[in-house]
Amino acid sequence: MQKEASRDGPPRSPVLSVKNVSYWYGSKQALDDVSFEVFPGRVTALLGPNGAGKTTLFSLITRLFDAPTGRIEICGRSASDWGAKALGPLGVVFQQPTLDLDLTVKQNLRYFAALRGLKRKEADERMLRALKALDMEERIGERVRALNGGHRRRVEIARGLLHSPQLLLLDEPTIGLDDPTRRAIVRHVHELARTDNIGVLWATHLFDEVQADDDLLVINRGKIIARGKAKDVVAETGAKDLGGAFRLLIGGETEEDIAA
Amino acid sequence: MSFMHYLRAFRGIVWRELLRFLQQRERFFAALVRPLIWLIIFAAGFRAALGISIIPPYETYITYDVYITPGLLGMIQLFNGMQSSLSMVYDREMGSMRVLLTTPLPRWFLLLSRLFAGVIVSLFQVYAFLLVAYFCGVELPPLGYLTALPALVLSGMMFGALGMLLSSTIKQLENFAGIMNFVIFPMFFASSALYPLWKMREGSLWLYYICLYNPFTWAVELIRFAFYLEINWQALGIVAGCTLLFLALSVWAYDPSFGIQQRKVGAAAAAG
Repeated sequence: MQKEASRDGPPRSPVLSVKNVSYWYGSKQALDDVSFEVFPGRVTALLGPNGAGKTTLFSLITRLFDAPTGRIEICGRSASDWGAKALGPLGVVFQQPTLDLDLTVKQNLRYFAALRGLKRKEADERMLRALKALDMEERIGERVRALNGGHRRRVEIARGLLHSPQLLLLDEPTIGLDDPTRRAIVRHVHELARTDNIGVLWATHLFDEVQADDDLLVINRGKIIARGKAKDVVAETGAKDLGGAFRLLIGGETEEDIAA
Repeated sequence: MSFMHYLRAFRGIVWRELLRFLQQRERFFAALVRPLIWLIIFAAGFRAALGISIIPPYETYITYDVYITPGLLGMIQLFNGMQSSLSMVYDREMGSMRVLLTTPLPRWFLLLSRLFAGVIVSLFQVYAFLLVAYFCGVELPPLGYLTALPALVLSGMMFGALGMLLSSTIKQLENFAGIMNFVIFPMFFASSALYPLWKMREGSLWLYYICLYNPFTWAVELIRFAFYLEINWQALGIVAGCTLLFLALSVWAYDPSFGIQQRKVGAAAAAG
């Protein structure tokens, strides 16, 4: 396993390591030799257009699909060696809403805490803490059906953090949300990565969700076509901003073409 | 993963199923009303028209409503098993199945826990029906209410496992109507639930053979004998064997390496 040289201390091991992973749906190749790493305390943005392979990659990391080639390790544990146990340090917020609409926020979170083996008392304490951080503690007794989209997303993020994961996967978590809610969630997740030293893999196709200092992976047609710090990727392409850089990368256009 | 983790996860899965069941009161009443209509209306009519000879496990002549009670219990459990299947398809469409399947516990354990949760829900329905049936004059051996419990658990497991297997093959919620037409009704009618097998044989030999190879028949017979403090070993073997078979196929279907779930979800992801 490779280690990242840290400016402030000893090298850090990646919380997620994806090596040479390819995947096919029948004859259609969805992922082509994908490799990357996610480090603790860092947000890694996986930027790609719809159908680029982001959800397939998430399905492989979460073991919803089995990777036929390559290797995926979460905190040094591969699902092929450790089975479901490898998913222990993982928190996930799926693109599709996954809360039980007929249960309350508390009941949903308690159910998840039970699946993660948390004691009731400990679960309740963590639940309150996570909801408070997301300004949702007053909605704890409400049925999820009564919450708006933004609040449901916050509950899903709180749920993803309940068991103190070392790696948080977010698959386009802000889809369908209004701008202020979207920005609040982006800010909160970046704070979490810093304060709780969580490695975050954030799949998105929205440029403004990526911060200049984030690690960036650009994926298109199942291939990682650019990687590095977001600001460096922009600089390398000569574009004015990430949107321009992205268009150059996936379309092969020059900055002048985009300007024209 | 410690034993306590498994225990808490199991408790959580059962608790969620019970909560959902309690919130769907219509489901409870529908589960109760359906067999009661059969018992009160259908059985009342047939009581006069149909004589039941003395066949094991009965040691004397019995009324028709006593005869069909085990079949109606099987019906409750069959409907509940299919309801679980519907609920799994719903969970898959709504995404909550992903939460369950990305838990760091073996998939067989998660599916088995889900199955047990469904069985526990079905037992509430079964004993509520038996209580109403008792007040409608259906008298069964008092100890039978207890001795039938293991048989009810096993038959509930078989129907739940069948439902789980079917849920892995159903693409959309809308397709559930097909299950009603092609699974529930044929299984119920082509069985010993409404008529004894010998009577079926008199009427139609081919139908008799269909009934004989129908696992529902054997679940009903297992429950029937258990109520009279007897074990029908043939029924026990067939029901246990079918449970294991359906369960193994369900775990296979939901396994990320081999299962049909992967192809199905994958096709959707590729389209998206």
